[in-house]
Amino acid sequence: MYALDDVDLEVFSGEFLTLLGPSGSGKTTLLMAIAGFNRPDSGSIRFGDTEMILTPPHKRDVGMVFQSYALFPHMTVAENIGFPLKLRKVNSAETAERVTEALATVQLTGLGDRKIDQLSGGQRQRVALARAFVFRPRILLMDEPLSALDKKLREQMQIELKQLHRQLGVTTVYVTHDQREALTMSDRIAIINHGKLAQVDTPQAIYNRPSNSFVADFIGESTILPLTLDTQERLLFEEQLVLDHLPEAFSKDNSRDWSLVVRPERISLNADSQRSENDCLVFRGEVKEFVYQGETALALVKVGKDYDISVRLGTNAASSQTMMKPGDEVNLSLSRDDVIVIPQEKTP
Amino acid sequence: MSWLNRPASDTQVTHGGRLWLYLVAAIVMILLVVPTLIVIPMSFSDSQYLEFPPSNWSLRWYHEYLESSKWMRATLTSIKVGILTMCIATPLGTMAAYALFVSGHRAARPVFLLLITPMIVPVILIAIGTFYAYGRVGLNNTIPGLVLAHTALATPLVMIVITSALRTYDLNQERVARSLGANPVYAFFVITLPQIKFSVMTAALLSFLTSFDEVIIAIFISGGVNATITKHMFSALRDFIDPTIAAISTILVLISTLLLLVTQYIGSREK
Repeated sequence: MYALDDVDLEVFSGEFLTLLGPSGSGKTTLLMAIAGFNRPDSGSIRFGDTEMILTPPHKRDVGMVFQSYALFPHMTVAENIGFPLKLRKVNSAETAERVTEALATVQLTGLGDRKIDQLSGGQRQRVALARAFVFRPRILLMDEPLSALDKKLREQMQIELKQLHRQLGVTTVYVTHDQREALTMSDRIAIINHGKLAQVDTPQAIYNRPSNSFVADFIGESTILPLTLDTQERLLFEEQLVLDHLPEAFSKDNSRDWSLVVRPERISLNADSQRSENDCLVFRGEVKEFVYQGETALALVKVGKDYDISVRLGTNAASSQTMMKPGDEVNLSLSRDDVIVIPQEKTP
Repeated sequence: MSWLNRPASDTQVTHGGRLWLYLVAAIVMILLVVPTLIVIPMSFSDSQYLEFPPSNWSLRWYHEYLESSKWMRATLTSIKVGILTMCIATPLGTMAAYALFVSGHRAARPVFLLLITPMIVPVILIAIGTFYAYGRVGLNNTIPGLVLAHTALATPLVMIVITSALRTYDLNQERVARSLGANPVYAFFVITLPQIKFSVMTAALLSFLTSFDEVIIAIFISGGVNATITKHMFSALRDFIDPTIAAISTILVLISTLLLLVTQYIGSREK
């Protein structure tokens, strides 16, 4: 058992890449390996064409932001931000100029003389960020930098970080366990589970075309339904045809089970049980549970041989959908475009 | 006595309800402190013998102490050994505590326990062992011998003080400093050390006191021109009862109290 195993990941120049995974998945271990704080037993870490695996952290030219911010409490805000410049022997006039510029970038103009303990959580976050990019590092690494902030501020900072990234253009590797944060901010997301890469792709691709059940389950909400394979290599659910061929993206071996991933918001509710041209699957089901959650409502609908499908519905003041109750019969359909089929290791 | 009915804490306990506790605390404090303080009036006695309370007052025993070359030499030895012990034990203990704290190696805990054994083993055993070991290498009755033995006693104290300081310190600060371009040594001295400096000072004072107050090992391995003041006091008490001892004790109590107060003050600054 390794903390990281067979991870082959390329981060493109100027990209915002997020390492996403549950706690203990190895994402922070990978980040620390890039920073140089732990050395892999084998393998290679290259910046451009330069092998870095034996280079100590202080020679890697990497800016880091920690979850705890790790600001130096015995220094002022300006001294904190100026620290990497001082180490690079930048003269004091230029240091002052660049610190002022960095403070302006993170919207803290005029707070340079403050002590760290006089700052709010959000301000500390910004100082940590300014300190990490002021020396124009080759890579910016962030380890769950927003997780200590409350929800509102966190969402605001996500947008700000994204803008900042666009402005600076610095290659960024970001670690989080929050899928929404990853979807919001990233150019690409690398999903890690048990020390292995589960999928690396853009947020849209990850959401719309998960390549395995872990990703389908981890990102967004989903109902995973078992499919049966008939003799003509067609995939069926409850005797309805889902796909008339095996998906090309996966090797056609019969050692796997196949599953259908249904996103709750992609299911539509119909007045009658008619199948329209675009529909792939239609179900008639019985509402088991209905919860109103503000901007949306969630219904749990029982279809076929006791499969529970989650259905997310938009709400508005006049909508009759908001008034479903357990026991109601409903018609559901899933359009052809929203069919997601994934292979699953056969359960013994 | 209205204060007796006022709450003593956030709970419903009043000062009246805690009266018994205050009494116990007072008795304990008296029992602990009085035997130490009793030497103070005795040291100002005019009598040839230790006597309490003194019938006549004088400073003659302080003169006796300050004018005796034997006592002065012993005092100087103690101070010299104390300072040297402090200068060796503080960096040594700090380095050991830091290394064991950051390594995370599974041997770190056993090694830590091994290094603090001088605090656990009865001092008399260390004294006897040291005496025989020094006999072979010729370190008995020498300053280096004393300093080495006292360093072994003081280092565990330093380690414990520094480790507890590091527990409340965010080691990520050092990581950040290194990622920003500081080599590990620079990161320690510029980022970590300034933030644990009060604990380091506390540890230094404690190691000085450990050596300065130490008597058991000194009895065994110090002597002649390199006898410590505590060793001389012990011999003096055995051979003849003389109020000079009381005068010296008073001075020692004063020095120790002063140093401990400074330590406390430094400790409160760090909070």
